[in-house]
Amino acid sequence: MSRFLPLIGFVLLVGLFGFGIWWNTQHDQHEIASPLIDKPAPAFSLPVLNDAGRTVDKASLLGKPYFLNVFASWCIECVHEHPLLMSQMKDLGVPLVGFNYKDDPAAATAWLAEHGNPFEVIVADREGRTGIDFGVYAAPETFLIDGKGVIRYKRIGPITPDVLDNEIRPAIAALAKEGQ
Amino acid sequence: MIPELGQFALVLALLLAIAQGVLPIVGAWRNNAALIAVARPAAAGQGVFVFAAMAVLVYAFLSFDFSVAYVADNSNLALPWYYRVTAVWGAHEGSMLLWVFILNVWSVALAAFSRHLPDAFVARVLGVLGLIGVGFLAFILFTSNPFLRELPMPADGGDLNPVLQDPGMTFHPPVLYMGYVGFSVAFAFSIAALLGGGMEQAWVRWARPWTNVAWAFLTMGIVAGSWWAYAELGWGGWWFWDPVENASFMPWLVGVALIHAQAVTEKRGSLPAWTILLSLFAFSLSLLGTFLVRSGVLTSVHAFASDPRRGLYILGFLIVVIGGSLLLYAIRAPKVATGKPFAPLSRETGIMVANLLFTTAAAMVLLGTLFPLIGDALNLGRISVGPPYFGFLFVMLMAPAVLLLPFGPYLRWGRADGRQLTSMALRAAIAAVICAIAATIFAEGRLRAIAGVAGAVWVGAGTLAYVVKRWNEMPRGRRYPAEMAGMLLAHTGVAIFLMGVMLSESLSVERDVRLAPGQTESVGSYSFRFDGVEETSGPNWRADEGIVAVMRDGKTLTTLHPQKRTYSRGQVQTESAIDAGLFRDIYVALGEPMDATDVRGAWALRLYHKPFVRWIWLGGLFMMLGGFVAAAERRFRAKKVPAAETATTTPEASPA
Repeated sequence: MSRFLPLIGFVLLVGLFGFGIWWNTQHDQHEIASPLIDKPAPAFSLPVLNDAGRTVDKASLLGKPYFLNVFASWCIECVHEHPLLMSQMKDLGVPLVGFNYKDDPAAATAWLAEHGNPFEVIVADREGRTGIDFGVYAAPETFLIDGKGVIRYKRIGPITPDVLDNEIRPAIAALAKEGQ
Repeated sequence: MIPELGQFALVLALLLAIAQGVLPIVGAWRNNAALIAVARPAAAGQGVFVFAAMAVLVYAFLSFDFSVAYVADNSNLALPWYYRVTAVWGAHEGSMLLWVFILNVWSVALAAFSRHLPDAFVARVLGVLGLIGVGFLAFILFTSNPFLRELPMPADGGDLNPVLQDPGMTFHPPVLYMGYVGFSVAFAFSIAALLGGGMEQAWVRWARPWTNVAWAFLTMGIVAGSWWAYAELGWGGWWFWDPVENASFMPWLVGVALIHAQAVTEKRGSLPAWTILLSLFAFSLSLLGTFLVRSGVLTSVHAFASDPRRGLYILGFLIVVIGGSLLLYAIRAPKVATGKPFAPLSRETGIMVANLLFTTAAAMVLLGTLFPLIGDALNLGRISVGPPYFGFLFVMLMAPAVLLLPFGPYLRWGRADGRQLTSMALRAAIAAVICAIAATIFAEGRLRAIAGVAGAVWVGAGTLAYVVKRWNEMPRGRRYPAEMAGMLLAHTGVAIFLMGVMLSESLSVERDVRLAPGQTESVGSYSFRFDGVEETSGPNWRADEGIVAVMRDGKTLTTLHPQKRTYSRGQVQTESAIDAGLFRDIYVALGEPMDATDVRGAWALRLYHKPFVRWIWLGGLFMMLGGFVAAAERRFRAKKVPAAETATTTPEASPA
């Protein structure tokens, strides 16, 4: 019977993928709510990329909303998301803060030189400790944090034009309504 | 007209591949000598026509035939001739043709060097290779034809990806493919054995040299790719865990396991099912890797969507090959209980444990590589896990393998002698501790460097101890048969590699600096004087070339010339300048001018001092050499299977 195990494993794997793809085409699922939504963002204090003397912490960013975009030079999906950050996300009126996750500073700098830098400031989380507090386990991820330091929206995976129009713009509109 | 001849050659090759894939297998099944005899001529014929198609494509590139869309997309009038030749495999269509071409190199070699094998068996092996050829040729003809015309013909072409315009890249893809595709031979042997049945384990002996050679080529390709990334990408890294690298690394890991499993099965008859499974996995991963990299499923969502036929064909092909071979395995796998029984403390057990570590590592890399796809399919978000995931898990899995490695040769088949093991372990451990203590002097308390020295010396001293033991105990001429010499070389390579990785990772110093002409910056005991930037140019690029004098103790060692190239189509590419040495590399990469309007002013530069970095590739080359040397073992070429399998009962006579 054990001879059949590899085949069964393979069939199950194919089945799982097939089902996943079918399910996604049938159901328009909204992002599963992160437990962090509407909770205060974790406190952090991180050095600025390529400027080790400066640090940015949560308190210094309070007062107006901002996006925290988790990226890394090793992250392939970030390359697909980046043009949108460069072209549209920059102009939403909400500043972009880069969160360089578990990356080599030289590699990150070279990557930004190649793909462009849409960020007002970039913090470097080289060891990934702050990433753990934010529940980051991969990249890209994007958080919208409001002026009171509360996480209002989170996107796992790259931002697409669809996501921008259907999720991010409404989230910003909601913030504007509250007078933020 | 000539490109059409190439297409015609591909069609004929496809027809011959169908003949090669069907008739000999039917012949072997029905015991029909005439059909069996089709195998070799069909393989030769397919080889001739695929070679012709390849030659036509090369000719189209050399003669600037921009009416061929593939040529127009990947070359232009300014591209030098040698890069026009390599542009043949610069993109998807041509890579697929290269794949089939190399498959045919292997098939023809197999047809030529298999006279000592039973005809029916060779017929099945060539038949399986023919079927693989059918799959690829049909894929090329129906979805990825490199000979398609583009009308009206453009006056000049696009450009070859500048990343590929480097001497290292000219031979990297063919060598890598020699490895990838070479696993198709081990795969075909396994399928033939499953189809034929009842041949005992003789086929494993015949398969071993082919597997070793394929693995050695794959090693060479990976080493070349890693070296190239180091020299070209401009920030001193040598391994990035990106999908392209992982695609070649997964079959390599499974290949390591397969080489060892084949040794067990050949010598002891144990684990035959495991050996077959590994060869199926190795080839499946090669296929997956080829398609993942070349179809662009992972690197760009759009590549898949723009031509769904390609994607669907690939999925279908993978399912047929993997599912079909696993189904065959399920039906025909040999009874697992065959082979001599072995004690818990034996070479068989050691190899099995190492095998599990390597296959788990391959599965781990597979999961990480496919993570964006899995996340996408299951709606978890399309995310990359990257080096933080791979680096951590890989070290966890390989640390025990390093610890176990020196014991390997000392373990006897069947039942090992514990006392010999402890005496070896004691000596290797003492050597490791002494060297680790010595290392603390220059490692400045960096734990990783000290651990690296200890690990490398542990492996190296353990391997050396075995070399000495053989020298003392065996008569001249029988001390190091090719198979054993290969093993010793490869294991030494692991020690060298380990030393290189751990020391360069922990002791490297890097500086990101802004330097105006005349300014000096020190890195470690070296100082770098930036002497400004000059303009220079090549056949199809112009570049800003920095002049950096490297000095030590007031004496100028060398002058480095890092470049920032702009190719004729606007792509920018860095060319790092490296002063190489056995014990350290000095590495300089040119960044951006501080003021874009003033290239005569200050520039951003990256300066590196990387101790022992060269040992990483040196270790890889030793492993490669081990693969080639082991494949030369005389026993593998024996005209017939030695009747007395019992000759292997004494461990000293049975190197692994």
